[in-house]
Amino acid sequence: MIRLLLRRPLTLIGTLIVTLFLVLALIGSLIAPYGYAELVGRPRQAPSADHLFGTDQLGRDVFSRVLWGAREIIALPAVTTVLSVVFGTALGLAIGYVGGWVDEVVSRALDSLLAIPALALALVMLGVFGASSIGIIAVITLLYTPIVTRVVRAATLSARSAGYIEAARLRGESLTYILFREILPGVLPALTVEAALRFSYAIFLTASLGFLGLGVQPPSPDWGRMINEARGGFSQMPWALWFPAGAIALLVIGVNLLSDGLRRIFRYEGELR
Amino acid sequence: MAHESTRPVAQADALTIEYQIGDRWLNVLHDITFHIQPDEIHGLVGESGSGKSTVALAMMRYLAPNARVVSGRAVLDGDDLLTKNDGEMRAIWGRQIAYVPQDPLAALNPSYTVGEQIAEVVRQGTRVRRAAAWTSAVTILRTVGIADPDVIARRYPHQLSGGMQQRVAIAMALSTQPRLLVLDEPTTALDVTTQAVIVDLFRDLIRDNHAAALYVSHDLGVIARLCSWVTVLYAGEIMASASAIDLFKHPLHPYTISLLASLPRPLTGSQTRLPTISGAAPSLSDRPHACVFAPRCPAALALCHAEKPPLEQINDDGGRSRMIRCHRWREIASGDLVIDTTPMQGAGDAPPRDGYVLQAHHLSKSYDVPNALDRVLAPGKRPIHAADDLSIMVRARSTLGVVGESGSGKTTLARLIVGLETADAGSLELLDMALDLKVGRRPRAALRELQMVFQNPNSAINPYLSIGAQLGRAVHRLSKESIETGGRLTRAQIAARVMALLEAVRLPADYATRYAAELSGGEKQRVAIARAFAADPALVVADEPTSALDVSVQSVILNLLKDLRATRGASYLLISHNLEAVAYLADWIIVMYLGEIVETGTVDQVYGVPSHPYTEALISAIPVPDPTALRGDIRLHGEVPSPRHLPTGCRFHTRCPRKIGAICETTPPPIQDAGDDHLIRCHIPIEELTRLQS
Repeated sequence: MIRLLLRRPLTLIGTLIVTLFLVLALIGSLIAPYGYAELVGRPRQAPSADHLFGTDQLGRDVFSRVLWGAREIIALPAVTTVLSVVFGTALGLAIGYVGGWVDEVVSRALDSLLAIPALALALVMLGVFGASSIGIIAVITLLYTPIVTRVVRAATLSARSAGYIEAARLRGESLTYILFREILPGVLPALTVEAALRFSYAIFLTASLGFLGLGVQPPSPDWGRMINEARGGFSQMPWALWFPAGAIALLVIGVNLLSDGLRRIFRYEGELR
Repeated sequence: MAHESTRPVAQADALTIEYQIGDRWLNVLHDITFHIQPDEIHGLVGESGSGKSTVALAMMRYLAPNARVVSGRAVLDGDDLLTKNDGEMRAIWGRQIAYVPQDPLAALNPSYTVGEQIAEVVRQGTRVRRAAAWTSAVTILRTVGIADPDVIARRYPHQLSGGMQQRVAIAMALSTQPRLLVLDEPTTALDVTTQAVIVDLFRDLIRDNHAAALYVSHDLGVIARLCSWVTVLYAGEIMASASAIDLFKHPLHPYTISLLASLPRPLTGSQTRLPTISGAAPSLSDRPHACVFAPRCPAALALCHAEKPPLEQINDDGGRSRMIRCHRWREIASGDLVIDTTPMQGAGDAPPRDGYVLQAHHLSKSYDVPNALDRVLAPGKRPIHAADDLSIMVRARSTLGVVGESGSGKTTLARLIVGLETADAGSLELLDMALDLKVGRRPRAALRELQMVFQNPNSAINPYLSIGAQLGRAVHRLSKESIETGGRLTRAQIAARVMALLEAVRLPADYATRYAAELSGGEKQRVAIARAFAADPALVVADEPTSALDVSVQSVILNLLKDLRATRGASYLLISHNLEAVAYLADWIIVMYLGEIVETGTVDQVYGVPSHPYTEALISAIPVPDPTALRGDIRLHGEVPSPRHLPTGCRFHTRCPRKIGAICETTPPPIQDAGDDHLIRCHIPIEELTRLQS
């Protein structure tokens, strides 16, 4: 698996980028030269040896804030991805296997949820319930669970009538055994690719919410809000915008390259089977 | 002879083709040489993976993107097609060469009526006016035996049955009067009765149009019925090429001899087994470098494993040369070497016992029953009657075969019994105990006695779990110990039983660690059988267990089932459309039509006289691998009626060749006893049936 990831140059690049950001999320706060809210000097300094990415409008070190912010921008989407994959898998397996009117009702409900633009729904809900990390996680999980559900449901439907599932019924296996031991292993490839894709979208959505001021509240170093704050002073200090924006772009590209690579790997294995 | 002087229509000349798989070039066809004379139907027969479809496509210069021609020519009317480009081929494709694929829907555009599509082909070929083209399209449809061509021409492909679609595909192929017709397994997806009608149609049409045809099939019976010359392909090489009479009556190649001998057929005695070919066909990547058949050949010498035999021409009577690729054909021809094809002796003998394993009483099942909403919105809607008042009994240690066309309800019957579908009405008894109709309510002690083998080996075992894990799970769930005493088998005990199961189905022990992707179709089906036998069930329901397998593997699986019945004392309910396979294994046979049992009896009774007119037609439709055989001439015309709108009276009256009159249309026929529990559901008196059929 690891070897397959490293074989294709683009996948390798994606893997390296994602690994870099994961490391940053873990130890970013340790290697950051300054605190994220620390006023370190004159505002609006250009990048220099002291302040690699310059300073922002309040005189905070942009490099340190990007490093500190990595945790937020990775952790929130990671949590939402895990949650939506867990909920989506359980729901998708259940309605795909049970079928009938249960499937019909749940599927249509999820479809109607999907019909609402993601950002609009997030804005309304965060507006009502107030912006917080928990709120963001809840909203994005709600938005992405139906998508994961659909992927898992489709894979489950195609497995449901397979002989090995009927054989399991004929030896009296429980529903949970059939769902999680017989069907789930076959859904895993599609699920892995979907999880990587959800992760990259969640990063984007989290950053968008931050940009709109509905992210984690100041002074915590949210990349989205950093972009928004730097927007006003763009002509005097473009670096304060470049670096967080570049970091988001790089991360999303990295995750996408990786999920592309995963997709290829699973299809390749599919041919071998 | 006269035909030697005429130029062949098509010719393959030392054709060698490779496929690129990953970064390797693998030889898919090696040194293919044959020719097709005018008016000839040339049969190309081989198992899956033998390269027969590649040959068919290469003859049209239609190669996969990852294919390359290493050497050789594919000639049509003296021109090598392989040197032509796509532009030049466009004038040939569809006009001089026409193609009929296995799946007619692949050849038909779903968004145009079939009449429009045929008219389009006619217009391309002859540039006539639209109205004239439509008229000739309708005429063409009439020539392929479509009774109301005006109506059918206005239909879309999906509105037609499989047999009708295949007629349209052949009509389209013939519409430009091509020089060569290439047919790739065109009847494989059809029911045996429809297949017989379509094969007859092909033969007449090809003769009437003076076309030459290359007919690709895995079915030796169809080839024997249709073709005058036959080429046998194995692992990308020609094993033999001879006239149909020579090939089927005096085969010279060990592969042909063994293959013909292994075909399922009724054999007397419960201990006799079909002769088989050991092993499996090599995959593309590990074909032997010497004789490709040597690893499975019963007569292979050291020479056969060391050196590839040449494709030799045999010409003993001055006629067209027969071809053979075998080091030892001279010994076989002279009679010095005899390939042993006598039926083998099987393990143990277990004649049927008294008493019944399973009794099913009055099982009925309808699908798509109108609900309250339908009664308002679609008042005319009717349910699909899949099974109607079915009562069957399976005796201990015996096999009950169930035959019928698709739509006869035979698979529904199997699923109702194992409980995968729940019967609307009726009752079941397993080993004299009442059995719940729902599988979820059956105790595990009942589940272990009733197991199933599925039709499709590719989905029968979980691709993501090892073989050992799956067999182990079945042992764990179904073993007597865990059910009756609630105790658990230890890992070592389970592993030991898995090994014993693998041995029983003749798979090596190391298969326990393998996954489905590493197994051939036949091996997967053995694993599925092993799983069904995990706890020595009393009854195994097998739904078309061999129909997805290659000919040379089918006999192995049928023998295995017969052996397991003898050694483990199980009974079978064997569902199949293949009467010959059923007759080999079964003691009793049930014939079904449109959800109803029309005949019940022993194998001899059902095969003999008298029998139900439907059974008679089914047997008559079986393609026999013998070109000189007296051909059954009873054909069922028309379509199987929809199970939503069952015919009144006798359900078979719309197609019955022996219909006696109005009574068949109005009154459901009685069940008559022809003696010794041989039951026939028909209005024709038994004596009259006997007289008609003798």
